[in-house]
Amino acid sequence: MSDATANGIAATAAERKPRRDIGIGRRYAAERRFKAYGIIAIAIGLAFLVMLLTSIISKGYTAFWQTEIKVPITFTEKVLGTPEQAVKSQTKLLMANYPQLARDGLVQLLGISADDKKAVSAANGLISSGTRVTLRDMVMNDLSIIGTTEDVWLYASSELDSAMKGQYDLSVPENRRPISDLQLEYIDKLKSQGAIEERFNWGLFTFGASSRAETAGLGVAIIGSFYMMLIVLALALPIGVAASIYLEEFAPKNKFTDLIEVNINNLAAVPSIVFGLLGLAVFINWFGLPRSAPLVGGLVLTLMTLPTIIIATRAALRAVPPSIRWAALGLGASRTQTIFHHVLPLAAPGILTGTIIGLAQALGETAPLLLIGMVAFVADYPATPMEPATALPVQIYMWANEAERAFVERTSGAIIILLAFLAIMNLTAIFLRRRFERRW
Amino acid sequence: MSTFTIILVVLAIGLAGAFLGYRHSRALQAPAGVKPHSRPVYHASYVASWAIIPSLLLLAVWLIASPIVIESQVRGSFPEGVLAESQLTEDLAYGIVESLGNGLSVLPDDERATVTDEMPVKDLAALLRNRGLPVASASADWMVPLALDIDTMQFWSRLAMTVVVIALALAGAYWGYRQIAPRLRARNKVEGVVKGALIAASSIAIMTTIGIVFSMLFETIDFFSRISPAEFFFGTVWEPRFSAAGSTGNAGSFGFIPLLAGTLYISAVAMLIAVPIGLFAAIYMAEYADNRTRSVVKPLLEVLAGIPTIVYGFFALVTVGPFLRDLSAQISGIVTGDYASFIQAQSVLTAGLVMAIMLIPFVSSLSDDIITSVPQSLRDGSLGLGATRSETVKRVILPAALPGIVSALLLTASRAIGETMIVVLAAGVAANLTINPFDAMTTITVKIVAQLTGDLEFNSPQTLVAFALGMTLFVITLCLNVYALYIVRKYKEQYE
Repeated sequence: MSDATANGIAATAAERKPRRDIGIGRRYAAERRFKAYGIIAIAIGLAFLVMLLTSIISKGYTAFWQTEIKVPITFTEKVLGTPEQAVKSQTKLLMANYPQLARDGLVQLLGISADDKKAVSAANGLISSGTRVTLRDMVMNDLSIIGTTEDVWLYASSELDSAMKGQYDLSVPENRRPISDLQLEYIDKLKSQGAIEERFNWGLFTFGASSRAETAGLGVAIIGSFYMMLIVLALALPIGVAASIYLEEFAPKNKFTDLIEVNINNLAAVPSIVFGLLGLAVFINWFGLPRSAPLVGGLVLTLMTLPTIIIATRAALRAVPPSIRWAALGLGASRTQTIFHHVLPLAAPGILTGTIIGLAQALGETAPLLLIGMVAFVADYPATPMEPATALPVQIYMWANEAERAFVERTSGAIIILLAFLAIMNLTAIFLRRRFERRW
Repeated sequence: MSTFTIILVVLAIGLAGAFLGYRHSRALQAPAGVKPHSRPVYHASYVASWAIIPSLLLLAVWLIASPIVIESQVRGSFPEGVLAESQLTEDLAYGIVESLGNGLSVLPDDERATVTDEMPVKDLAALLRNRGLPVASASADWMVPLALDIDTMQFWSRLAMTVVVIALALAGAYWGYRQIAPRLRARNKVEGVVKGALIAASSIAIMTTIGIVFSMLFETIDFFSRISPAEFFFGTVWEPRFSAAGSTGNAGSFGFIPLLAGTLYISAVAMLIAVPIGLFAAIYMAEYADNRTRSVVKPLLEVLAGIPTIVYGFFALVTVGPFLRDLSAQISGIVTGDYASFIQAQSVLTAGLVMAIMLIPFVSSLSDDIITSVPQSLRDGSLGLGATRSETVKRVILPAALPGIVSALLLTASRAIGETMIVVLAAGVAANLTINPFDAMTTITVKIVAQLTGDLEFNSPQTLVAFALGMTLFVITLCLNVYALYIVRKYKEQYE
């Protein structure tokens, strides 16, 4: 050290030999560039995520609100018949001209003359044709309503709904937008009367398929997905756990178990649509199960989820230390008892986490369900898993193919719901892992 | 009784047997004086296994065998004229007879009584139509007695099955119950059953693969008996025409090349974008990022992997596609003054770009695992010799991790090739053969979906081609996967 200092003092700045250029500056610059590439790559990835989510959410959050109009409806006997007639025969009630009631009420509300055909039809375009069902159900539930007048919140048509949400460019000429100047005038009038409001859209969660955006909902799809998840859970969990126990605890190292291992790893990477072909050929064509049924969808998704669950379960079983097994065996337990009484309970949190993640994957899967006919127009709730239904992602696919502006909003709304389900499932899995994971 | 009820009854018998067996076994212990080999719960499970397993196996065999036996019986008594016709006509005829027979069991008793051997088929069809069961127009009068035969045979078969299966369950329970004794090695036997069940569960993976291969193989062979393989694999025009079953008209051309080209092109575009981004992200996270950054960024990137592909498809359809189209219109407006878009809303670029977003987390998390599994000693050695971190990555870590990364890329490619929903919504359906990435192209998966959604009949080449496509897709991805897994295995051994 002292030598170095002495030399340093002795040598003047001019005499010092120029240091051999080993390109350290260039190398450090390359280092900084390389690091920057990494940051840029991550930034791009995260930017894509943000863009995807903002695009979906900004398009879809409005779907949770639906414009409704408060219309005074007079349930006249002229249209509906008397309550006495209705008790005798319901056909008249079922077939009655409910849209006329709604139209009359709206015309009265807006103060238009009933003879002005153009004005009446413009006003009529503001309410959804789904009012028929709303009003019919009201009357069928309570016959005493006939002859009275009541304020009823009716669904607005999808054009009015989109206009209220500012999705139309109102500056273009009248004939190039779906809503006319006259209708805009009516909207202002209704607004000033406080008879038009955006309310929470419960229908999005309860309605079945419909060709009208405002009465199309996810009810059937949610039930269908729910059935399928139940089937996947009931089949994939026991089969997956059983298979993992065999492979991890019992299986001798031989060709057969090797074959199973390769198979499982490979099945995890087979394109999902191939499972759809399998379902179509085996479950529908060969076993004769009904098309569009959640049962078939559940079976196909079970086969797809199995590898995920098996891989997670094996990891969980492997994480249980061998000392536990030795202790149990040493106390005289059989191998089966050791596994079922000691190893499996300790591995349960890991198995559960893997299962939830597998279910989340299955919930978002679309392609195989298209092939087994779940792209169906199903308006009624399925009572059993054997009846036709759709699934959440399939409903999204079907709505994505609809041309109407209002369906874009609905599709995005449906995606938000699907993503919310997935987020809940994955967060549960993370929570379980954090809460119950044991380090040995 | 329906199959489901029979299963419930059998399970109930098993449960009851288990309960009785448990009590019997408990009662046994005290007076016998000898220490019993197994605990009561094993005796109970023993009785239940005897009651349930043989009877359910018989039920399964019966359900599979019964339709086959009935079919061969009925086909044996087809009139000569039909037997002389082609196999296809015979199959169709049997399908109609079967649906007539199944319809008979739906009719209420008084209507069922009116159906006789001499009844003309159109009267029967009318009866069935009233119950909401359509009857094919190709039905003929000679089918009515055969349909009645089917109905009778099905009735007796079901009755016999119910009786025999339940009797077997009872007999099994009784047999198991009688065997309960202090010396009975019930635990070992029950554990044998459990082990058998475990083996059966793990062979489901193999069964699935076999199911996939065979289900597609038969339909593919059927397809190639109508369209020659050379025409399929080397044809450059994809234009299937929809024609009715059995008609001899032109079925159109099934050229596979445009689909393969589209698939590979879109996957290549996706890989070209996803691989650099994913790889650099993985390197940064494995080599540079501190633990806090890593614990935030890694899960966020993995969110991308958890988003269902239908969401990406929709994103491509309503956001990326129109954006690229408008962007190209602006660009061409600035360059040439003509605001015509040169990128179509559905294009190779749109599909590739959106698919790349989906693939980024795959590339990054697979490569991350591989890079972190490179032994620390290699890193330390390189840094100790004075290399910078980036030099260590480029000269030491990447070469060491290369086999693993290659296999990760193969797995990613296989994922891209098999991806369906993004391309269904973003790539278009026109089977173009082009090198312009701004044009629409279509893929194998899109065409599988297109051929199999909607009404379909199982014996036209338009439907069967989907299975040939699926088979090809399966073989391509299988090769990629197996090769990738093989590399991973070898690579793991190297560092263990």
